[in-house]
Amino acid sequence: MSLSGNKDRGQFLALITFICIIVFVLSFLPLLRLLQEAAFPGGDFSLSAIRDGLADDTVWRATRNTIVVGIGGTVASVVLGVAVALIVTLTDVRLRQTLVLCFVTPLMIAPQVTALAWLQVFGPSSPILHFVGLAPPLGTPNPLYSPEGIVLLLAIQYSPLVFLIVRAGLRQLPRELVEAAQSGGAGPFRIIATIILPLATPAIVAAAALTFVSCVGNFGIPAFLGIPANYLVLPTLIFQRLAGGGPDVLAEVAVLSILIAIIAMIGIFLQDYFSSRRDYRISGTSAALAPYALGRWRLPVEAMMWLLMAVILVLPLTGLILTSLVRGYGVTLTADSVTLENYRFVMVEHAAAQRAFANSFMLSIAAAVFAMFVAIPLGYVIAWHRGRWTKILNIVVEMPYALPGVVLSIAAILLFLKPIPVLGVQLYNTVWIILFAYLARFLVLGVRPVVNGYLQIDRALEEAAQIGGARLLTRMRTIIFPMIAPAAMAGGLLIFMTALSELTVSALLWSSGAETLGVVIFSFEQGGDTKYAAAISALLVAFTFILMLAANLFAHKLPKGVLPWRD
Amino acid sequence: MAGLTINNVTKKFQAFEALKDVSIDVREGEFLAVLGPSGCGKTTMLRIIAGFEQVSEGEISIGGKLVSSPKLNVAPENRRIGIVFQNYALWPHMSVAENIGYSLKIAKTPAAERENRVAEALKLVDMEGYADRAPANLSGGQRQRVALARCLVATPELVLFDEPLANLDVHLRASMEDEFADFHKRTGTTIVYITHDQSEAMALADRIAVMDQGRLVQLDTPHKLYHEPATPMVASFISQGMVLPVEVSGSGVDGTCTATLFGQPITLRCRPSDAQKGAAQACCRSEMVRIVGPNDPGFDGKIIRVVYQGGLARIEFAPDAAPDLTVHFVQPDPVTLEPDQPARLAFAGGWLIPRQDEQ
Repeated sequence: MSLSGNKDRGQFLALITFICIIVFVLSFLPLLRLLQEAAFPGGDFSLSAIRDGLADDTVWRATRNTIVVGIGGTVASVVLGVAVALIVTLTDVRLRQTLVLCFVTPLMIAPQVTALAWLQVFGPSSPILHFVGLAPPLGTPNPLYSPEGIVLLLAIQYSPLVFLIVRAGLRQLPRELVEAAQSGGAGPFRIIATIILPLATPAIVAAAALTFVSCVGNFGIPAFLGIPANYLVLPTLIFQRLAGGGPDVLAEVAVLSILIAIIAMIGIFLQDYFSSRRDYRISGTSAALAPYALGRWRLPVEAMMWLLMAVILVLPLTGLILTSLVRGYGVTLTADSVTLENYRFVMVEHAAAQRAFANSFMLSIAAAVFAMFVAIPLGYVIAWHRGRWTKILNIVVEMPYALPGVVLSIAAILLFLKPIPVLGVQLYNTVWIILFAYLARFLVLGVRPVVNGYLQIDRALEEAAQIGGARLLTRMRTIIFPMIAPAAMAGGLLIFMTALSELTVSALLWSSGAETLGVVIFSFEQGGDTKYAAAISALLVAFTFILMLAANLFAHKLPKGVLPWRD
Repeated sequence: MAGLTINNVTKKFQAFEALKDVSIDVREGEFLAVLGPSGCGKTTMLRIIAGFEQVSEGEISIGGKLVSSPKLNVAPENRRIGIVFQNYALWPHMSVAENIGYSLKIAKTPAAERENRVAEALKLVDMEGYADRAPANLSGGQRQRVALARCLVATPELVLFDEPLANLDVHLRASMEDEFADFHKRTGTTIVYITHDQSEAMALADRIAVMDQGRLVQLDTPHKLYHEPATPMVASFISQGMVLPVEVSGSGVDGTCTATLFGQPITLRCRPSDAQKGAAQACCRSEMVRIVGPNDPGFDGKIIRVVYQGGLARIEFAPDAAPDLTVHFVQPDPVTLEPDQPARLAFAGGWLIPRQDEQ
């Protein structure tokens, strides 16, 4: 560490203290409290909560289901994501930018909105099936209410994640490696099988691990699709237990949430194991791969890609919008029965929905702004003061996001069930506990683009200011902040979009008066008011789209790779 | 202006020693170049002088004031030094004038005086009229000038240059070299100039410190470095001197010794204490090579390569006495030598490299 010398050292220490306190309170404390509850339920050491949990048949069934949909969703996401990444990155299909935008959009849409939209495509009340005259009779169960349905939607939700990571990996491959194989006489498929896929393995493995963790922790999709079929996974089981039993069952659900955390960790350890077995480091960087000319196959491949985009994006969104326009369950949508009544109802009439709009906007803006201001000093330390302890800091910041959201929610409940000692402030049953969980969970989404931005800035720019006599806080204000601000804003935008329609965390933390949009959509759907749920969801999707396109306008000012939907 | 004293400085990064016991005394107003191949420790040296890295052992003083020791590290912002960075490090969100005036603003210089001094600095580097431009709209040479002005305006006691010409194209380099020399003459500032380009160092510096693998190998004037290299590394690094095996037979007059090189008797310049009999190495320069007739003193061998370089050719020659070694020299047009042709050469002189017993 180069910083010493009285005042500057003082400022650096103040900065580090500030960062460490925030990271400790947001990331470390909740998990510590969770572990404590599992081992010392109610304050006394006892393994009974763990024993009871493990003796429960429902728990075992939910665990098995979690693993099944986790693996199923991961495999399906990887297959779809890798295939699309190969086609979009390696061939000369046209309108690449638009394809990327379309394929990545499901990632930006909340899982419960995806689930709701897809439910409108199939099932007896489907406006689309009615339109083509294929609707099954009323009373027939929706075919998506099944493990297969859950896996299908998980694949649609998370294959963009695989796509983005694998595409980034493919773009780093030096073209010489492929050209050398070409001059060795290998055809395109052989090159993909023997050169490109093996070299992309680290990216694929990393993507698979991340997808597995996301699938295992997903709440929205199994809640919408699994609960009606009584097919429970651990997050939905926790939700049901907590909704039924209240704080009395906290020790029990703490054990369940640790179980999810363990399953997620196994995925991450497997990734570590597989990627450390071989050295895949690529030497040298040069121009990116030259796209393969598809020749006469170009049109069919393009047609296939656009068909895929239509299926994963246009079809469900059409279903969603059509549902939001009907007057009631089972009413066939015709030009005469179209109505905007549902939109009017959720925006003007329904008190909880109105509160939810206000709450969700407030929560997401607060989380985004907070993360932007914490991410700048935090990223500064992580990116530019490399050391063992900054690595640990990075891991601790990543933890609340890497672990399933249910885990963090339970931890937050445990932490704030009683008023905060000394201050005597009660967070439980207020909107502030949701804010705390959002700050903890989404901080890393703001930190990543900022760290990325720091790594693309030459540190000599800061050193030049230091030579000019500027102390740390002056440098932060006059040099670092103006240069990193765009990246911080991109991070804030990602947080805002994610938090706005978030459900996993708020489903466990909401209370009357502290509803979020995700919770209201979920409640409407559970209460049979699908048309209102669809109306809010359609508004959210439209808003998300507008934000994505608006962000594209200032994309040229951003570090590369911070807006996932942009090349 | 201030001198710089580097006293037995060692810098360790975990187990790796980037600098090993380096001592350099830079006089007030001196232009010192630090020269070495990449990885020799010259960048670490600059970062230590600037205060970005702390020393593991030893001390550094600027103007007689201690700034670095294992216990003390005066922060870079308190050292009153200037740095001209390799990639200029101009802040992209500020105009040229704001870049230059930054340190004055930090020092709370009144606005009127600040403007005057910025204008003055711009004038010194011939950039009047560019004050409101953004750095992104300047050429490489112009950016370098702005960086120079930014460093100038704070009237530092010591200026560090970190390979400032490495990113410029060849044509611009020569004119920037002149400008740096001018800058030094005008301001009389003490300068430490880091570079891996020996012709740059030769052209600019009063003295050159040659570094290799973290050690200071030789600290001398450019003339002495060329003619009296202290080690085989310096001999071959500076202008591609040939390091050849000789057998010293006795001492001669006026600091010379007699020796044989590939069987040819030769008189070498040397340090008086080095003229001991026995095997040694000599540094020979290509301009000391002559082609001689069959009966003249010299040594036989074969031409192995002729590389025409415009107006002259670089000839590589393998002596019969040691076919693995290469002697190279230059033949001006008309080039008559051809590969595989036998020839006889003689050395007109050379320098006996001090024996490296102590290392």
